[in-house]
Amino acid sequence: MLRRNLMLAAAFGAALFSGAAYAADPVSIVYIPKNTGNPYFDSIIKGFEDGCKKLGCEFTTVAPASAEATSQIPFVTAQIQRGVNVVAISPNSPDALNQVFDRARAKGTLILSVNSDLPGNETHRDAAILPVDFTKTGPSQVELLGKQIGYEGEIAILSATTDAPDQNVWIAAMKDSLEKDPKYAKMKLVTIAYGDDDPQKSTTETEALLANYPNLKGIISPTTVGVAAAAQVVETAKKADQVKVVGLGTPNQMRRFIENGTVEAFQLWSPYNQGLLAAHFAVGVKDGSIKNEAGTVFEVEGLGKVTVDENSVIKTQADLTTFDKANIADFNF
Amino acid sequence: MNSIDKSPVASTTPRIVVREAAAPRPRWQVLLIRPETVTLLLLVLATIVASHLSPFFADLGFILESSTYYIEFAIVALVLTLVIISGEIDLSPAAQMALSACLFGTAFKAGLPMPVAMGVSLLAGLVMGAFNGFLVTVLRLPSIIVTIGTLILYRGLAQVLAGDKSIGGFPGWFVGIDYRMVGIVPVPVLVFVAASLLLGLFLGITIYGRQIYQIGTSEIAAIHAGIRVRRIKMGLFIASGITSSIAGLMVASRLGSVRYDLASGAELTMVLIVMLGGTYIFGGRGSILGTFLAAWLLVIIATGMTVANIAINAQLTVMGLLLIVSIIATNAIYARSQR
Repeated sequence: MLRRNLMLAAAFGAALFSGAAYAADPVSIVYIPKNTGNPYFDSIIKGFEDGCKKLGCEFTTVAPASAEATSQIPFVTAQIQRGVNVVAISPNSPDALNQVFDRARAKGTLILSVNSDLPGNETHRDAAILPVDFTKTGPSQVELLGKQIGYEGEIAILSATTDAPDQNVWIAAMKDSLEKDPKYAKMKLVTIAYGDDDPQKSTTETEALLANYPNLKGIISPTTVGVAAAAQVVETAKKADQVKVVGLGTPNQMRRFIENGTVEAFQLWSPYNQGLLAAHFAVGVKDGSIKNEAGTVFEVEGLGKVTVDENSVIKTQADLTTFDKANIADFNF
Repeated sequence: MNSIDKSPVASTTPRIVVREAAAPRPRWQVLLIRPETVTLLLLVLATIVASHLSPFFADLGFILESSTYYIEFAIVALVLTLVIISGEIDLSPAAQMALSACLFGTAFKAGLPMPVAMGVSLLAGLVMGAFNGFLVTVLRLPSIIVTIGTLILYRGLAQVLAGDKSIGGFPGWFVGIDYRMVGIVPVPVLVFVAASLLLGLFLGITIYGRQIYQIGTSEIAAIHAGIRVRRIKMGLFIASGITSSIAGLMVASRLGSVRYDLASGAELTMVLIVMLGGTYIFGGRGSILGTFLAAWLLVIIATGMTVANIAINAQLTVMGLLLIVSIIATNAIYARSQR
């Protein structure tokens, strides 16, 4: 504690008197997730920690208790006061943080938006590190299920809430693929159910799907809560051969269903890699080895070559990672 | 009080409370053993601890800047202090802040000029406060239940109105009230200090202030003494509503946008401030000075722990313990020394 404070104080002093370029002290990075106690963000934190261990940066993480729009603001202010070099944040609001970000950047703090961007307010952050090209999520899920059911039969979607923006974008893309791609002509989307990201409601909704559509061949659930609940229902009903479940889930949640054969495959990206990439990018920008502008290519050990896209958006990986029996043992998050 | 009732000729002269039993306590003891003194001591202690926790804390500009995140709630807590002294409670101000701010945002987006949109917000605060007041004073429902109900209702309406999106794009002159400085003092802090002075004087030297204490001490006695209890309570709930909408506008200005979940959970922060300030939860006792000091205590504790990167669960534990300690201390002090 004391040591960390002293080092931060030293970094702060160095930044004041000699300018950041001269500072031989390590780059200090603080990551502010949406809220505490979420295993998804813990995995991002692990990526930051491992990245900083390798690169020699100082890493700290702090988070508010609730993921409410304004709860992160005092934390950002405190980090400016601490004089940290980089604030990486998974923002709870696309616009409530604009003012405090501007203040931080005016004092030379690099602001990185991690895991989600600030749509419409991109000018208030320096760069965004996003998991994957989200336009590919919907089509990729349709293909994953299609392959398992021989591109034929009735399918259903189990989503989160009716107004979740990311879910609705993906569902629209799924519908689009089903309509336009002749490969999927024999797949019929019968209904969209909403489990509200609540395990109990997702379970009930899945049970209703199985009861109402006896010919159902597959369920796509692009939400981590929904896909686990759907797999559980299918397992309990002993319908794993008849109804295929795919979706977006975390390996630790889905491991059991993969191992006992209830689920053949599901997809997600690696939150760990986002932390790792963000640490590399932050240190590179701060020491001048990476230019924060479109077209820059840099290398991250373990991730390969990474490109900075338009608007300083950096995607951790191009396609979703598919988890199945063959590779699930390699992942722990 | 019983001494008056026994006196047969008291009806023509002003009633004077004569305490016959014990001799008055020495003045220094009355001053020292007061909840506000405890709050002040905690404030000094917290400042010392925070300065030791982090070398970045002791910076007046930073503390004042950070205080703007809590000052909106503190302003509402000033009015809440009056409500609690009168023996009632209002748990809906945070939801009123959200609904009035969302109404403001919606009105602005619909193309109304800014002053009109702000007027809509203030009017909404008045109506929401009056609705609470109506349920409490006319239908005579317990305020704790009424305001839990309206807290959910107002928050729900805000969500219906604004949906899951934020409303922003306000003109530049409106955005960033917390960055407008007089010297190094942000404008919201000045508003808070001014409101504290005004309400402190109102409660301390006006006849209405006295009557609020009397209502909280014994409502029945207040009614018999000819105090217009229902009218005063109605006024307090309306004041709470209007103050909430002003606070909501300040948040809108600070963030540059409004959302339905603005200030969510802040009703607890407000009650925490009032309780830390030594106001008696059962009514009749308390002061604006206490609430004023408690607001700064909260600012110092929250800012000190955040800048020291102390984990949020530890922060919440400290806040919870403080609340319990302050309630116990307040109770103990009031049990020992009568006002």
